[in-house]
Amino acid sequence: MREAVRTRLFFIFGGIFFLLFCYAAVDLPPWGSYRGPYGDVIARVGVYERHATDAVNAVNYDYRAFDTLGEEFILFAAVLGVMMLLRREEGASTHDVGRVVDKLHLSTTVRAIAMLAILVTVVFGFYIGLHGQLTPGGGFQAGVILASVPFLLYVCENTESFRRITSHSAVEVMEALGAGSYALIGLSPLIIGAPFLTNFLPLGKTGDVFSSGTIALISACIGLEVTAAFLLVGYTYLEEIITGEIPEE
Amino acid sequence: MPNVLHLLPYFVAAWLFFCGLYGIVSSKHLVHSVMCLAILQSSTYILLLSIGYRVGGAAPVFADIAPGKRTVDPVVQALMLTDVVVEAVVVALLLAMVVKAHERSGTVSPDELRTLRG
Amino acid sequence: MMWVGAGLFLLVAVTGFGVVRTRDVTSQVIALSFYGMLMALVFFFFQAPDVALSQITVGAIALPLMVMLAISRLKYRTAAQRNRGERDA
Repeated sequence: MREAVRTRLFFIFGGIFFLLFCYAAVDLPPWGSYRGPYGDVIARVGVYERHATDAVNAVNYDYRAFDTLGEEFILFAAVLGVMMLLRREEGASTHDVGRVVDKLHLSTTVRAIAMLAILVTVVFGFYIGLHGQLTPGGGFQAGVILASVPFLLYVCENTESFRRITSHSAVEVMEALGAGSYALIGLSPLIIGAPFLTNFLPLGKTGDVFSSGTIALISACIGLEVTAAFLLVGYTYLEEIITGEIPEE
Repeated sequence: MPNVLHLLPYFVAAWLFFCGLYGIVSSKHLVHSVMCLAILQSSTYILLLSIGYRVGGAAPVFADIAPGKRTVDPVVQALMLTDVVVEAVVVALLLAMVVKAHERSGTVSPDELRTLRG
Repeated sequence: MMWVGAGLFLLVAVTGFGVVRTRDVTSQVIALSFYGMLMALVFFFFQAPDVALSQITVGAIALPLMVMLAISRLKYRTAAQRNRGERDA
């Protein structure tokens, strides 16, 4: 249908829905009065049961670890889809259309400061990833922070290093390893007869880095997978532009 | 009549939802509609945040407060955390489809894509 | 304190509408990045530091990066096809 008809229909039905939503929202409990028992129970017993001071990550990687496993495989499948759609086959014939060359040259100062930024980012990424069970952080955030490091290299016009880092087959292996080890950590309690994804490692002292059993381990695996996922997606988009060759149709 | 300030977060969530939907319906560039989808998704974050909030509650991190103090709901925040990261990669998948559609037909406008054949 | 919260919510509503109404795709990426930072501020104000950290890294940096990569690939393909058309013709 034409665009004007579409927009007008949207406004009519959208307006009706919005009014119904407002009518329903009037009867909600007042904002800021959370009454549910589940969150309070976890806040009270989470530190004692799991020796993890960050309740959100304890919920994510232990109490509801099964949901996080599903989300991680959504990520894996999405990266698989991107690579299937856009990657070139091995040995496909290509013809050269010329690489994109940047016309402005960065000064030495900018490149030196960018190298310092890379150092700080790597250290910060590992810090956030390893302290997931103690403070806000964990595998998801650390993976994204660490994945931005090769892009800093690319910004400094070091395109060759970027290509060598992200097109290496080790990145694909890293991603599969991250996704598979989560499933394996979940399957191993089955050997001793405990349910899937039980926290079976020693829990350690609250407040230590090596505490809370499998929470820290699962967080590290997820960090590995998220880093590799973002690097793969970035290289798949930039492959044509960096090498300057387009496959023959 | 409940206080308007109490209902503001839910109205903002519904407003963002309809903004995103309006953007998708009236968009002329496929990448623009994918970004409006991201706005749509962020309306659910506002809704989840409002459900779990408790006035005067602290953040659910017990590194420096005693466990058992009044905090906001940690379960809802756990849902939002994974959702934020997974959303970025799903947007990348949608953009890969847009790039493929552009390769096949040479256009990124949804109206023209509907009428092209062959 | 609640006026700050209400002001933040109104700012989020206005910025969201601004992102949708930006028609040029490259400018919309910048607007989306600003929207991501604003959402991270809202999360931080309402006692959700974990989610705020996620939103800063992903919503303000990684998501606009993905969109920019896709836009640059579209432009590269268009330029390459136009060059090849000129060469063949």
